[in-house]
Amino acid sequence: MAEATLDPGSSRRGFINWFLGTTAGAFLLSVLYPLSRYLDPPEVGESTAGTVTLADVKPDSVKPNTGQIFKFGSRPGILIRTPAGELRAFSAVCTHLNCTVQYRSDLTQIWCACHNGHYDLNGKNVAGPPPRPLEPFSVNVRGTQIVVSKSAPA
Amino acid sequence: MSMREKEAGRLWAWLDQRVGLADLEKLAHKKQVPVHRHAIWYYLGGMTLFLFLTQVTTGILLLLYYRPSAEEAYESVQFLMTEVQFGWLVRSIHAWAANLMIFTLFVHMFSVLLLKAYRSPREVTWFSGVALMGLALGFGFTGYLLPWNELAYFATKVGTEITGSVPVVGGFLGRLLRGGSEVTGATLTRFYGIHVAVLPALAGMLVGVHLYLVQRHGMSVPSSVERSGAPRRAMPFVPNFLLRDLVGWLSVLAVLAALAAYFPAELGKKADPFLPAPAGIKPEWYFMFMFQTLKYLPSYILGVEGEIVGIVGFGLGGLFLLLIPLLDRRAASGEPSRLFTWIGVAIIVYMVVLTYLGYTAVATK
Repeated sequence: MAEATLDPGSSRRGFINWFLGTTAGAFLLSVLYPLSRYLDPPEVGESTAGTVTLADVKPDSVKPNTGQIFKFGSRPGILIRTPAGELRAFSAVCTHLNCTVQYRSDLTQIWCACHNGHYDLNGKNVAGPPPRPLEPFSVNVRGTQIVVSKSAPA
Repeated sequence: MSMREKEAGRLWAWLDQRVGLADLEKLAHKKQVPVHRHAIWYYLGGMTLFLFLTQVTTGILLLLYYRPSAEEAYESVQFLMTEVQFGWLVRSIHAWAANLMIFTLFVHMFSVLLLKAYRSPREVTWFSGVALMGLALGFGFTGYLLPWNELAYFATKVGTEITGSVPVVGGFLGRLLRGGSEVTGATLTRFYGIHVAVLPALAGMLVGVHLYLVQRHGMSVPSSVERSGAPRRAMPFVPNFLLRDLVGWLSVLAVLAALAAYFPAELGKKADPFLPAPAGIKPEWYFMFMFQTLKYLPSYILGVEGEIVGIVGFGLGGLFLLLIPLLDRRAASGEPSRLFTWIGVAIIVYMVVLTYLGYTAVATK
């Protein structure tokens, strides 16, 4: 440090190099920061409504031991009627790798075709790779309408 | 000398003074290609390059009709396949050449691996080749989604979810690829941009580097041939090797034309995010061994989610493949390196067996 200040030539060069280096660094940052922010997509106002009234599914049209997909906001949900006649609903997004599950009447299980994941009628992962149960929704029948809401049944 | 020849000679001299044709000619005539019993593998790289050029050409043609949005993509490909004259042919060639290119690339890479052609001074040639393989897989992954059909939609859901579960940076990478938290039209637009602009630019540059390095170091002669002490034989690149290369290219073109004509690319059903994933959903064959591995992993391994173990495993495998020239000390010094031969064979066997199982194992019991 003492030497550098004694030699005017090298300190001037050092200063210029430091100046160029920080300028280049600042320039790079000022390009990379907006670029990375630009590439990161904005959060789209995902419908956070916790309750959905199924428009085109009537309680009578869901036969025992069948299931069908419905729109829960921007994500798919699955509505099933157990062989015992109870209506249940879960998120239809497989907890393994996000595929959309389906109801298998022959197995009386919810099944994901992508990696052969099986869930029982409570949405619990029972076979295959899924690490967690399906997110349960609560189902209420109001007259001829089915209302599905996010809160899990007690 | 006729008038015409004189004119041609003057044009040649004029160009030579300005661009140095004589130097190029000297270079082309000086280039030699070794001849030995493993020389057949020298043709695979050229075939891969030929297929890459086919992809660039047919890709540009497809751009003229394709529309990159969730509302129009499927319909535009359907229009291309049914209404546009020879549209089916251009798309089928693009689809088949993609598959053949990955295949010849794999064969090229494994021949280089087993013949230890990556040894000094060709380590950087190997690095650029492995990077090109990564780009080729990226081309396949992004291109698969573009027709916006059911199979591609769910394959992409799975693929981007896998990216999303990479430790630490996964969340950002997943959003970066999908253009949101779900696979939507935004994902399609991004994949389109990556497929037709980002990857071609990168691949173009890397192919340039790769070819420059191949040119600089010449073809690698396997150590076993070097050690055998047999007299070195070689053939001139121009025209002997080039004409043989051309035979290879024409053979590939013939195979390509036959495949495209007899097995045209299918389109399937339009993607619907609110339908369950169809049974028999599968990725492209070159991802099948990874897909099948993920199927076999239990949901938890030592308290970590199975898929994360799988992804980190494949990541480390890729890194290992990249670093082989630095790890294989015996081949570097020209000695036989049986360990790395066996590693190469093990990788090939693993990929072939898992791919076979992927296509034959029963989907559900």
